[in-house]
Amino acid sequence: MEAITIHKGTTIPLMNNNIDTDQIIPKQFLKNILKTGYGQHLFHDWRFLDDGTPNPDFILNKPEHQDATILISGDNFGCGSSREHAAWALKDWGFKIIIAGGYSDIFFMNCTKNGILPIILPQSTRDILSQLAPDDKITIDLPQQKVIWQDKMYAFEIDATWKQKFIAGIDDIELTLRQEEKISNFEKNMPIFE
Amino acid sequence: MGKTLFDKLWEKHVVSGKKGEPQLIYVDLHLVHEVTSPQAFEGLRTNKRTVRRPDRTFATMDHNVPTKDIFNIKDQISRKQIETLRTNCKEFGLRLADMGNEEQGIVHVIGPQLGLTQPGQIVVCGDSHTATHGAFGSIAFGIGTSEVEHVLATQTIWQLKPKTMGIHLYGKLQEGVAAKDIIMALIAQNGVDFGTGHAVEFFGETVQQLSMENRMTICNMAIEGGAKMGMMRPDQTTFEYLKGRKYAPKDLDTAIEYWRQFYTDDITDYDTVIEFDVSTLAPYVSWGTNPSMAVPVNANLPKITDMNVQRAYDYMDLKPAIKATDIPIQWIFIGSCTNGRLADIQEAAHVMEGHHIAENVTAWIVPGSRAVKNAAEELGLDQIFKNAGCEWREPGCSACLAMNPDKIPAGIHCASTTNRNFEGRQGKNARTHLASPAMVAAAAIHGHFVDIRQKEAI
Ligand code: SF4
Repeated sequence: MEAITIHKGTTIPLMNNNIDTDQIIPKQFLKNILKTGYGQHLFHDWRFLDDGTPNPDFILNKPEHQDATILISGDNFGCGSSREHAAWALKDWGFKIIIAGGYSDIFFMNCTKNGILPIILPQSTRDILSQLAPDDKITIDLPQQKVIWQDKMYAFEIDATWKQKFIAGIDDIELTLRQEEKISNFEKNMPIFE
Repeated sequence: MGKTLFDKLWEKHVVSGKKGEPQLIYVDLHLVHEVTSPQAFEGLRTNKRTVRRPDRTFATMDHNVPTKDIFNIKDQISRKQIETLRTNCKEFGLRLADMGNEEQGIVHVIGPQLGLTQPGQIVVCGDSHTATHGAFGSIAFGIGTSEVEHVLATQTIWQLKPKTMGIHLYGKLQEGVAAKDIIMALIAQNGVDFGTGHAVEFFGETVQQLSMENRMTICNMAIEGGAKMGMMRPDQTTFEYLKGRKYAPKDLDTAIEYWRQFYTDDITDYDTVIEFDVSTLAPYVSWGTNPSMAVPVNANLPKITDMNVQRAYDYMDLKPAIKATDIPIQWIFIGSCTNGRLADIQEAAHVMEGHHIAENVTAWIVPGSRAVKNAAEELGLDQIFKNAGCEWREPGCSACLAMNPDKIPAGIHCASTTNRNFEGRQGKNARTHLASPAMVAAAAIHGHFVDIRQKEAI
């Protein structure tokens, strides 16, 4: 997993509440057996018109937003289906940071596995950040837990363990396998009903 | 200070880690399906890892299955995904309920039906509706594909212990009001994220009186209220259900003795409690594009209060202040892991019997598993549906998410026993209205919703 410490980038606001993973990556793209290539389908049904051409009104299609790496959104982002394809698609498109009012628990976990940092900030702050110009850059300083724009700083909370994971970019499975003895002991002691 | 059902279960499964930090939790049962697993198996292969406990892993195919002709998957990529699961199960030595197999069906229907799901367990699956299995008194939750890979390799998972929420259900449901209405009403009144960060336990006299099927319907939709885990205390109803099931313990008495320890000591042990009287509930119908956008069937649709509501009205092509019963229904779907069990199909058949669906309505009935299908046919329910003008199909997820050939056409209003009415969920620009099996069946007959509490309405 790619580590995140300090990130500087431009933003895209998509301020609806409850953006579900069916919107982030519609089901017709879940049939693939790879982890990559989903970026082109991110927000597909919003991004493309019925005839398949890009919807010029949708913000992800605007030329001035093509380099954005930070998504600003409403409450309860990533609700619904557990599909990790949603995280893969956001990452593949180029997003590294999401700033929302909250996340579904499963989507949050999926972000932690893919090096996308899900930040929670209150509506008032997100309202400010959603008004930035396409080339306004903001800085996310994970060690300091701050979002910085010009001379303003917005502090955010994050669980210490997830923070460490993002900073170190560690592979979970390797870490867990080092606890093999504990797992085996657990298995020896657990009740089994035939 | 006592403990909740959740606390007791959690403590029994901690392999390592400190309180207040993510802890390594042992997984008793890992259910796998074709959509969220290929990348996980690929990860194992790349890193030369094996599946730690094939005996605690069970796979099935459900999301991609065409329910008209299951052996004829025309979509090449769908077929590839199905074949990939088949190869993966073979390579890693996993049990698989393959297409057409007696045990095949929607993953959350077959787990309980086969007795794989049991009280006291931690159950995970790469699917958000895994909450369903919590109805047995287990901690059951959906996980992402990276976590699927982690569980395959280690039989454990890192989780931060959530807070607990108790939902006290009391009162007697009116005739015609279903378990589905309880959970829909809860979400309509508390929002789609009231349970975020919480393990939710439903308890109280109402729960005790519900069948396992109804309990599963409620836990299934806990996730639509943001709670990735919904659960209920195991009791005599739970134990009776498990008796004689294929993978349930043969020595059930010893197991029951162990399972009896799993209950919440006192209502004050939850972090939060919601009191919920079900006796005044009406059947619920969703009008918008998330499950909280729902109203009692006899109510008017709400006012436009913000851009999210406006967007939902635009998508659904509806106007505020019309009655829920005025929504025109051109399609109905009965099935899914929420309401695709035998009891659900029976309820719908009961309403349908002796009637015919309205002229402009298409009706699909899709049993949740092959066993459900067979049992329903034995009872002659398929005939009731066919006589009424419905299509009786093969088991699978079908139009619940429409990633198979079963799609609701654009612009069509579909009354559906499923769990999600998101934009495009049942097909691009399709308009989903969630309701109970009996309500959906009645809507098919009339071409619009009716209040099934009034007998003469049907
Ligand atoms: S029936 Fe629907 S909700 Fe249930 S597992 Fe299948 S697609 Fe998911």
